[in-house]
Parts: sequence; structure tokens; C-alpha cells
Amino acid sequence: MAKITFITSENESITVESNSGSVMELAVQHNVKGIDGDCGGVCSCATCHVHVAPEHFEKVGEASEIEKDMLELDDNVSDYSRLCCQMEVSEALDGAVFHVAK
Amino acid sequence: MKKSEFPDPFKEARESKGFGEMDDQNDPVTMLLRLKDVRKSAHNWKTFQSGATPGRIVVPSEVNIRDTRQIPFEVDPPLHGDYRSLVEPWFKRPLDPAYQGKLCKIINDIVDEVLEKDTIEVVSEFSLKLQSRALTLLLNIPYEESETWINWGTHVFRSDDSALDGDKASILYDYIDDQIEKAIENPGEDLYSMLLASEVNGKKLTKEEIKGVMILTFAGGRDTVINAVTNSISYFAEHPESLRRLQAEPEIRGKAVEELIRYFAPLTHMGRVVTEDTTVCEHAIKNDSRISLCWASANRDEKVFENPNEVVLDRKINPHISFGFSHHNCLGATHARQIMNILLATLAEKVKSIDILEAEENIEEWGEFRRKVGFEQIKVKFNAN
Repeated sequence: MAKITFITSENESITVESNSGSVMELAVQHNVKGIDGDCGGVCSCATCHVHVAPEHFEKVGEASEIEKDMLELDDNVSDYSRLCCQMEVSEALDGAVFHVAK
Repeated sequence: MKKSEFPDPFKEARESKGFGEMDDQNDPVTMLLRLKDVRKSAHNWKTFQSGATPGRIVVPSEVNIRDTRQIPFEVDPPLHGDYRSLVEPWFKRPLDPAYQGKLCKIINDIVDEVLEKDTIEVVSEFSLKLQSRALTLLLNIPYEESETWINWGTHVFRSDDSALDGDKASILYDYIDDQIEKAIENPGEDLYSMLLASEVNGKKLTKEEIKGVMILTFAGGRDTVINAVTNSISYFAEHPESLRRLQAEPEIRGKAVEELIRYFAPLTHMGRVVTEDTTVCEHAIKNDSRISLCWASANRDEKVFENPNEVVLDRKINPHISFGFSHHNCLGATHARQIMNILLATLAEKVKSIDILEAEENIEEWGEFRRKVGFEQIKVKFNAN
């Protein structure tokens, strides 16, 4: 099981556990505010944009080129931006902290 | 060629120069064809504005047939964001399970209806009815009102011989004026009443502003939803194995919805007015001229999509822009996605196969490009599962 923490723009902290699916699905299941996942996870809407806490960025790694293109024009983008729909939940993500961008 | 095949007419121009040119009532349009260019331009609202003369960003231009500004569509930031945040929660209601339950009933009923018949014409007897009935949920008004809209026919704003018919458009505008007056006299829980009770930047919305929101709601989701639904029926008619797959693997339904919407791109393009001399793809574009953001071309960009001209039902990475991009992305997308999702579930459950008996394509002409966007009519037989 991986323990993952979301911090909303209102500073609410939500820690959840899972072992499969995408990080976006996990956030939507737990009603994390600011993660909409409108497109269901195919990288076409950028409504699941998060900033990975820098110390955890190694756990998730770099975005793909298509994801980077998508993020490039999103508001409030940083070097630690990722789309949740493009991150699979696994043991490797245990302890990761994601700050919701919206 | 299969009836459900929708060719890409933009390929050569997209690859060789990145843009196309067309004349629209002596107000020419430079069509942007590559996904990255379309996204960047959609995002750059200062250079490519939406808040121009009402009707001018639409292609073909509606400047000669309307004065009412569609809201929030024809407004730029920051005011755009104020309007958008007012209407956004309302247009997200399709995420509510109770809403989905009602939509599910509407779609189940209409599929049951057509399964009883020998043949039906999908555009007028299925898609138009489905769209009109579903719209009563989005406006939160009685189901019976859909009968009025069904009677208007597929094109409220167009007649058979003209893409721009002012007389026809005025039927819709007069109707909306009446509905606003009725909601003033007798406020309820509907969209008109919500808008009448709302303020933006400390000021009540005017009737003209409310009319602008309502015209957009009616116009934006009419032929787009009708095309998405009709074209999907044609696809399943020629790919019964896809219906069986959706039945066996319901978890891919969301991806299938996105893929059908990418492939069909129900709205070909949308314009912007240029506010300064600029260039796109090394092509000079003059201040106060128009560009269009060609969603249909961008969705087939081979630099982004593998096998762009195939429907890959479970396409995992699918950065399509059928719902537009950036600030002005489609307000009705949540409703449209729910319609498509429930439609796919219902067809997979109830329909074994669909036979196409007769079909007439709807071909759009944009300068040098001829694009199939849907069907004028398509007669089919639905066979029960």
C-alpha cells in the first residue's frame, strides 16, 4: 500500500492509501478539492494538475513530452508540476505529497 | 469507404505549412491546423481575442444576424472569469448521481423506443430527441418543454439553403425573451431563475446578459451533441465488436467517449480576432483580421497522436481538443460527456447490432477544405441484444 497526501489550495491535508489505479482516480474518489479529472484520465483536460513536493519528485519522475506540452500552458505551472492522471499508484509513491494547483 | 469513416482533409496543409486560408463573407480567416499552435493561440487571449464584435469570432460570422453577446464565450479575461465562475457550478451538475439517474432514464427510454421500430432516421428521430430531452435536465425545466425544441427541427439557426438564417435565429431569440419574462413573473429552480437572481461584480445580470448565456447554452450544444451521437451510432453499426467490448469491459467507457469525441470533433473550428500584427507558422497575420482554431485538424496531428485516423477505443493518452482549450473550453463538456457515457453503456447493454440502410453525409466547405462532420440523414435498424 502507498500512502499519499494531497494538500488543497485551502491548506486542507488529505492522506489516503491505495495500491492501484491512477493518482487522479484516487483524488477524485476522495473528493480532493481542485482535482476534477474531467476527461477521465487521458491527458486532455489538465484538471488534475498538482505540484509534487520537491523532496518527493524523484518518486514520480519527469512528465512525458505530451504531458509537458499540456502543462506548459496551464496556469500556475512549476518545475514540479505533474498531471495526476499520468501517475500510477504503486509502492514507489509511498509517502508522496501533492499540492493541488487549482 | 465505410459510412463511419471520417477522413482528415487537413493533413497536407497541416504538414506542409500549418495553416489554411478561407474567405468568410469578405472577412477572411486563417485556419490554424497544428495542435500546438491551436493550443498556444487559444491560451493567448490578449493577441487572439474573443470579446470582439458579437458574432465575429464564429465562422461563418454571425455579425449580420445578431447583436447579443454570447456569455461567457464572447468575453475576455478578467471579466470572462467572473461570468464563468458564476455559471460553472451549474454546468457541473451532471456529476451529481441524481442528475445522472434522470439522464439514464431519458437515454434508456429512447433506446427502447427505437428498438421497437423497423427503421429510424437517426438525426431527427434519435439524436435530436435525445439532445432536446437531455437539455431539459441541464436547464432544470419540465421534460415536456423538449417537445417545442424537437418541433424546431435540427437547425434552429440554419435553413436548408442558408447557413445563416436570421429569421430562423429570431425564433430562438424570441423564445428566450419569453422564457426570461416568465421566470421574472414566476421564479423557480431553473437556469433562467438562477441567472436572474445572480450578480456579477456586485451588479445584477441584465436581461440582455441572461439572453447571451441562454443563446450560448442552446446553440453550443445543439448540432455538436447531435453529431457526436449520430456519428457514434454509425461507428457502432460498422463495429459491432466494439459494442461487445464495451459490454465486457465497462471500465474503458470513459476512454471510448474521449476517443469518439476526438475522432469526430463535432465542432470543426472556432475563430478569434487578432489584436496586433503577429505571425503563426511564419505566416503574417494582420491586426483586426481573424484566425480560427481548427480542433478537427489538431485532433489528427500525427506529431501527437499515433494512428490518428483510426478509432482506438481505449486510447490511453489522448490530448484531444474537441472541447476547445484554455479559458474558453466547452462549458457544456460535463453534460456532453455524461450523455455519451450513458449512451455507450445503454447501447452495449441493449443493442446487439445496428444496420445502416441509407446515409447522406453532411459535408462542410471551408475554403480549400471539404470536411465530413456528420450526416444530413442516416436510416438504420436497431437490433435488440
